Amino acid sequence: MTEWIISILLLIGGSFVLVGSIGLVKMPDFFMRLHGPTKATTLGMASLLTAAMIFFSTTEAGLSVKEILISLFLLLTAPISAYMMIKSAIHHKLNSIERTKGKGLIEDDA
Amino acid sequence: MLETVILIVFAMIGLSLLLNVWRLLVGPSVPDRILALDTMYINSIALIILYGMSMGTALYFEAALLIAMLGFVSTVAVCKYLLRGDIIE
Repeated sequence: MTEWIISILLLIGGSFVLVGSIGLVKMPDFFMRLHGPTKATTLGMASLLTAAMIFFSTTEAGLSVKEILISLFLLLTAPISAYMMIKSAIHHKLNSIERTKGKGLIEDDA
Repeated sequence: MLETVILIVFAMIGLSLLLNVWRLLVGPSVPDRILALDTMYINSIALIILYGMSMGTALYFEAALLIAMLGFVSTVAVCKYLLRGDIIE
């Protein structure tokens, strides 16, 4: 039973990480490309680390909760690094595609 | 069954690492390349955790935690350098 749960969590995590990277390649401009890695990949990593947590809790002695550390750290730091990358992209005046609305609201105060 | 699933997920993450390398090489601007590197270190954490699972040992957990911390710090440092031309002012 636990093997099934671990396998399903691993497959979900792997497909989310893959979808994040496909988004990184396929999206048309930088501001859209930022969505894939910062959302899908972080969720996929959380799923993978939950699978690892269940795996090591069943195979080794005692409960193994230290994988939550990485999971929590990634969930905390992904928005911060995304914010820093957005700031540097705005500073470099990268173009977004034509259909993007609200371009006039962007201001560079770096 | 678990061994097969771990191999499949290995292949998925390897494929996404290759896609990230493509973005790193092609990426038209510098923030694109930083984003590709940021995604690559997160995917390498996934690879290390999977390797630890397939070997059946939790030894590699510390390496994964180190990569997570140093990767975040390096991403922020490079972005700061792009923004201000200096890291610690």
